Amino acid sequence: MESFRAEAEKLVTSRALGYDQKLRRLAAQAVSALPYPSLSPLCAEALDARVICDMFEGNRPFTPRYVLPDYAKALRNGVAYLELEPPTTLDDALSFLTILYSQVPSVTTYPVYLGDLDALLEPFVPADLPDAELDAKLRRFWIQLDRMLPDAFVHADVGPSDSRMVRAIWRVERSLRQVVPNLTMKVSPDTPDDLIEDAVRTVFETGKPHFVNHPMMLADHGEEYAVVSCYNSLKVRGGAHSLVRLNLKRAVDRHAGGLDAFCEEALPHWVELTAELGEARIRSLVEDQGFFESHFLATEGLIDLDRFSLMFGIFGLAECVNELMAREGLNARYGHDDAANAASWRITHRIAELVAARPLPYCGGGGGFAYLHSQSGIDLDLDATAGTRIPIGDEPGLREHIAACAPHHELFAAGISDIFAVDETVTANPQAMVDVIRGALAVGMRDFTFNVDSNEFIRITGYLVRKSDLVGIEEHGARHSSDYLAATAEINHTVTTRAIKRVIAAELSPHVG
Amino acid sequence: MAEARPGRVVPAGTTGLVNNTIEFSAVDGPGNRFVVFTQGCNLDCVACHNPYTINPCIDCGDCVATCPSGALSLDRAGKVLWDASTCTGTEVCIDVCEYDSTPKARTLAVADLLRQLRPAAPFLSGITVSGGEATQQPAFVRSLFAAVKAEFGRLTCFVDTNGDVEAATWNLLDDVMDAAMVDLKCLDDDIHRRITGGSNARVLESIRLLAARGKLYEVRLLLLDGVNDADDLVAATGQWLASIDPRMRVKVIGFRNHGVRPSPVPLREPTAGQRAHYADVLRTQGDFDLVVV
Repeated sequence: MESFRAEAEKLVTSRALGYDQKLRRLAAQAVSALPYPSLSPLCAEALDARVICDMFEGNRPFTPRYVLPDYAKALRNGVAYLELEPPTTLDDALSFLTILYSQVPSVTTYPVYLGDLDALLEPFVPADLPDAELDAKLRRFWIQLDRMLPDAFVHADVGPSDSRMVRAIWRVERSLRQVVPNLTMKVSPDTPDDLIEDAVRTVFETGKPHFVNHPMMLADHGEEYAVVSCYNSLKVRGGAHSLVRLNLKRAVDRHAGGLDAFCEEALPHWVELTAELGEARIRSLVEDQGFFESHFLATEGLIDLDRFSLMFGIFGLAECVNELMAREGLNARYGHDDAANAASWRITHRIAELVAARPLPYCGGGGGFAYLHSQSGIDLDLDATAGTRIPIGDEPGLREHIAACAPHHELFAAGISDIFAVDETVTANPQAMVDVIRGALAVGMRDFTFNVDSNEFIRITGYLVRKSDLVGIEEHGARHSSDYLAATAEINHTVTTRAIKRVIAAELSPHVG
Repeated sequence: MAEARPGRVVPAGTTGLVNNTIEFSAVDGPGNRFVVFTQGCNLDCVACHNPYTINPCIDCGDCVATCPSGALSLDRAGKVLWDASTCTGTEVCIDVCEYDSTPKARTLAVADLLRQLRPAAPFLSGITVSGGEATQQPAFVRSLFAAVKAEFGRLTCFVDTNGDVEAATWNLLDDVMDAAMVDLKCLDDDIHRRITGGSNARVLESIRLLAARGKLYEVRLLLLDGVNDADDLVAATGQWLASIDPRMRVKVIGFRNHGVRPSPVPLREPTAGQRAHYADVLRTQGDFDLVVV
């Protein structure tokens, strides 16, 4: 209670935080003042030692971590709770969505999913509406999103088909260069090259979108899926209750054996404890806090408990593999040597097997099991590389990098990411990036994300910040709440001195939501 | 078609002298490309950015003792050997070479290159053979392209060339080469001789011939401040190119000092403003697809 008071005192007297930011942080403090759900002594010890981790979601969250409302259904039927009739014009649809977003909860306190905006809005675009007027309407909407939902985890999806709306989205993105919304483009073999090229040109300007493997996603989640927050692929009308993660570096540090023993003895132990943590948090959310009994998204059928699951995250694979190689007496490094790469694949396949054998309650979205997620890091991770990534600065050439990472991707239904820094010369030849994206998806990457070396935007794991917004943040604060995470990441990882090269970062911080 | 083509010749050139390969390049033609740099060039340009590709190694051995990592040695026959596994890439060998060569060029078989190409293929629009001067090893280029076409029908095969080559070479490559990118160092033959050591007659003929066959991807103009960039000369170049194809893709490249040798002709980099001006002058002559770098 003492530390709660001290933290609250600090928040209310801060000169850097905005009113709204204080409000949200005070709420997070209150949630964490409640008792933690009951855990076994072994599980509690592992959590204390941060071998396993709850992403600092708070002790007793009253919302699922990620919520993906069925916006198409809402637009079709209206929303009774908000007294909203189904819209009939583009202006009404944009206004309808803006209102609905204000009521969509998530761990960040902002909506992490805005919908597949091209598909949602295209039916409202009259054939005779000139591009200039379409752009003006979309531009107004885009500015509203960035100013009213100032958090880089606010995410919209587009693709895989061409439409007037997706073309307008790229035009407006390039002209506004905002942090919000984060964007993912779904890419299938049928997606036209010139639409991907339009998106590539948008990356050159704004660092967005991510490109994802539509056929792979369909196989895992069916037609109604979306990528939300950063790199989290989940079912629409569903979501993720929580994200728990296993630090593979710490797991290997607490285990004496080599690769075989790690896979057969250590992993079953730690996977079970991680799942236990997840189960306790799911039961707390569903049974004690009763989110699905009371929230209008659930009662009006815009979300469905049966389409939710738990995200089971891992990180620190690189350090884990390199340590095991050293114990095996091999001079082999993840990303560079066949033996290390093969060991990394064996470890992730073993984890996938164990997770697929551990039933969990209220996880209908995953058929009764958790989704695997390659967790891309938080601002406090100093000793372990994000997810299954190759450590920053140690990446091999682009093709070898993809070859090392791609075999992991199909296992991680709830998302995985490797960020590729590409030379500025591609800006004069965007087709070259289209080729690389097509190739990456064809060889089994689920997600392909790249940065151009000269960009003003820095990608911190999956979300963006503008370099200029980080300067002086300690004194005068920042409008986007995600900038604070990036500022911590900058202090911990010297993000800006590493410039735009792949950066470790912060998906969530204990100070936020 | 500009001319009748001779019957197909199937050469024995299944190996080539190769300076280097790059798996992914965004600057050697359309899309992402695998690039083979051949060793050996028939011109001697003052503005050459990689002069160590001009001549094959003559095994003088001058570089051997200078290698800081001991990656170079002489075999019993007096041939310079390079050990890639101990090379640390200091390029001291290239710096000391007085013959515009390198001990690191290797004789590679088409099969070796295909082995390198295979894992990269899903990520590519095609392959480009550059140099050195690709057309100095026409039989090798032909074999390579034929093998690429046979295994990866999707990939395009491009040549990056100085254009100083007989029509017979283009005929030889015709059915396996998708297009060429040709440098035009200068339309004025006197200046051309001064900055390349040779006449531009065959270069101009190559551009004409390739354009007539629909195989000219782009013409590159490398412009040096005060040497080949006079307004009337650039305009005349534009006029000549427009007479062949007024919508031609033309790449204006401002000379950069990187990698060039000391030169008797003063070499100065044009400013961004000058480069934009070259493009403006060219635009007065045709509706070119202009790229300025």
